[in-house]
Amino acid sequence: MADQYDVIVLGSGPGGYVAAIRCAQLGLKTAIVERENLGGICLNWGCIPTKALLRSAEIFHYMNHAKDYGLAAEKISADLNAVVARSRGVAKQLNQGVTHLMKKNKITVHMGTGTLKGAGKLEVKGEKSTETLSARHIIVATGARARDLPFAPADGNRIWTYRHAMTPKEMPSKLLVIGSGAIGIEFASFYNDMGADVTVVEMMDRIVPVEDADVSAFLEKALTKQGMKIMTGAGVESIDAGAKGVKAKIKGKDGKVVEGEYSHVIVAVGIVPNTENIGLEALGIKAERGIIAIDDFGRTNVPGVWAIGDVTPGPWLAHKASHEGVIAAESIAKELGNKDVHPHAMDRRNIPGCTYCHPQIASVGLTEAKAKEAGYEVKAGTFPFIGNGKAIALGEAEGFVKTVFDAKTGELLGAHMIGAEVTELIQGYVVGKTLETTEAELMATVFPHPTLSEMMHESVLAAYGRALHI
Amino acid sequence: MPIEIKMPALSPTMEEGTLAKWLVKEGDTVSSGDIMAEIETDKATMEFEAVDEGTIVSISVPEGTEGVKVGTVIAVLAMEGEDSSAKPAAKQVEVKAAPAAPAAVQAAAAAPVAVSAVPAKQGDRVIASPLAKRIAEQKGVDLKAVKGSGPNGRIVKADVEAAQPGAAPLTASTGAAPQAAPAAVSDFGIPYEAEKLNNVRKTIARRLTEAKQTIPHIYLTVDVRLDALLKLRGDLNKALEPDGVKLSVNDLLIKALAKALIRVPKCNVSFAGDELRKFSRADISVAVAAPSGLITPIIVDAATKGVAQISSEMKALADKARDGKLMPHEYQGGTASLSNLGMFGIKQFDAVINPPQAMIMAVGAGEQRPYVVDGELTVASVMSATGSFDHRAIDGADGAQLMQAFKDLIENPLGLVA
Repeated sequence: MADQYDVIVLGSGPGGYVAAIRCAQLGLKTAIVERENLGGICLNWGCIPTKALLRSAEIFHYMNHAKDYGLAAEKISADLNAVVARSRGVAKQLNQGVTHLMKKNKITVHMGTGTLKGAGKLEVKGEKSTETLSARHIIVATGARARDLPFAPADGNRIWTYRHAMTPKEMPSKLLVIGSGAIGIEFASFYNDMGADVTVVEMMDRIVPVEDADVSAFLEKALTKQGMKIMTGAGVESIDAGAKGVKAKIKGKDGKVVEGEYSHVIVAVGIVPNTENIGLEALGIKAERGIIAIDDFGRTNVPGVWAIGDVTPGPWLAHKASHEGVIAAESIAKELGNKDVHPHAMDRRNIPGCTYCHPQIASVGLTEAKAKEAGYEVKAGTFPFIGNGKAIALGEAEGFVKTVFDAKTGELLGAHMIGAEVTELIQGYVVGKTLETTEAELMATVFPHPTLSEMMHESVLAAYGRALHI
Repeated sequence: MPIEIKMPALSPTMEEGTLAKWLVKEGDTVSSGDIMAEIETDKATMEFEAVDEGTIVSISVPEGTEGVKVGTVIAVLAMEGEDSSAKPAAKQVEVKAAPAAPAAVQAAAAAPVAVSAVPAKQGDRVIASPLAKRIAEQKGVDLKAVKGSGPNGRIVKADVEAAQPGAAPLTASTGAAPQAAPAAVSDFGIPYEAEKLNNVRKTIARRLTEAKQTIPHIYLTVDVRLDALLKLRGDLNKALEPDGVKLSVNDLLIKALAKALIRVPKCNVSFAGDELRKFSRADISVAVAAPSGLITPIIVDAATKGVAQISSEMKALADKARDGKLMPHEYQGGTASLSNLGMFGIKQFDAVINPPQAMIMAVGAGEQRPYVVDGELTVASVMSATGSFDHRAIDGADGAQLMQAFKDLIENPLGLVA
């Protein structure tokens, strides 16, 4: 029997649905399988709805600081239910957008839980019936979920994962956030802005530990100033959830165990890939601790089975998943005889990361410490927001832009930013890195005035002792 | 207006050549089609014909000059009615006529006229990332010699890092200087006569050094019984005598190798960095000893040609090779090579692969040897053949299959004339 499809994508998150669109663009007969919502976690329960929440928090913050701008606002209050309702509305709109994109690209959507059943066979168990689909290639894009603390499984009542934190029934009065990666710190920032008393516990010696040490230090200072309590080098020993609250024992940096009472706990200690019970073991697909091993183009060790996004080695970011989806789709088209596609290997050094706490963080490439560890002779430059006219006009004079260069070749090794709108700025450096810029081209680039982007220029100049406005 | 005669590009890749011999002198009249000079490239000597009619006013590059860049003015021709004593600007640059003096060539090349005569080709622009350019400069890598792996062949950091300083393209067949000989080789006081290397010798030296240094060779040897082939050759020659065809054993071996390559396509390949080229046609380069050195004219698509055709083509090519008259397309290319030293009584030898090819067949002498057939010791005509394979492209087992196919075709030779 001929295969029904050229490609089936299992999972419709930002990796899966993008892979499906690219496959369809390349003329492949494509299907996508989703067990819950088209668009996956990202736009239903992750990136997008949290941004909607954080926008409300941001505006609330500005209203509370209206006086700083010469304005008056009285009787300001937050309606948590309305804020959450707006966030859900945003998610719904985007979910419908993906539905439309599937239709537009003539991608067949199969709703149900998919399981690999041998080479090129996928069983989809829907609400009413079970069907078996066949394809020449299958892309596994089933994503990941929040990791539970073994002694404190999330129940949605007092102990939350990101998903509960996104649709709270009540405003937490005293919140404990375990883990200070992107997810933990964003929710900590949101609830702090919304008026909760927030404590963040991080096991490593600094918060946002994947970022440059200067960024971690700056953020800790900024959040502490906003009233957040931050405990680094600390571990949660036990959690005792009662009807009215949670008692947590936390072992601090000094080795002393303190007991605190909280209304709610958000557990954000990482993610686990959704690679169980989808038939990978029976096919002999290589994985380590659930993370599927792939080559630079998304091939697993089993011909015809591909993997992208959070089921593969990190960073676990939506845009990385989408990019892998495009590469895998083009590689499949190439294998099926398309001579006009030239997929490129994923370059992990050029994947940016954005964290939407307040102040925002954005970065790409090596931190200064990692660059030195890798043996580079480093030239680093930093430029503060306080030296930028636009930042002062915006009333957002907090933050800095830091660039790291290889002193020998002038290669831009990394860029690290903290402050207002930096998540929208980082792409300038990512383009530069992808084009293999050196300091010379960045210095020779004209940056528009007055913008925050001028700091990007100044930071490069600073690395070579030539900053103009400081 | 007098016409400047420039060093011609006799092949698409030629960048410079040796002005071997002038066949005209100043004051001679030439007409279109007259042979004016012999120009030696790294592979062959070619005749340079006049295109226009006129009088040779001056010769600016003396014969014997090496490394004359394509486009350099080598002579000036005055058209009919022009004052042949009126010398164009080019002549104002005094070129010392010392034979083979490199300084003279440089002076000619540096003259303003000569420079303007070589407009930069648009295709010469090197597309490379800023970082790649800077690292290339620091490492002393010539970006023209680097293959880009980025979008549309853009040279990126990784390409330059993988390149060796001063690297020349692997497939360059002209222009690139041979690897510098070890400085000041001692002669230990032994009397000797120094002979300047000609371009063919230099190219052989460079390419074979490159082959042995970069290609991991594996060698596979088989003994092949020739009796059936010799009988067939005798029969064919008898039958074709009226047509004037006389097949050599080598002609039949060319056909056998080509057919074997088609039967075992895994050996009809070329290793090209990040890709393997699988050829759909077997073009056999046949090693010929020419007076100037080894050269390998090609029998194109030998698997589909009849042996009589191969024989006559081979005869013509070998004659041209011996006279140094092969055209570039007649010796550049080929998917595999055949080298036969049997006529010198060589029993067996291992040949060096001719890059970018991935295999060469070395054939020894056919000789009467004690041979066991069905448990009985008899005497048979046997030769040893050794294939050298590029192990980056071809595995031992695939090479062995080719050797087996080659042996089968020779021992059951009707397949060669079918």
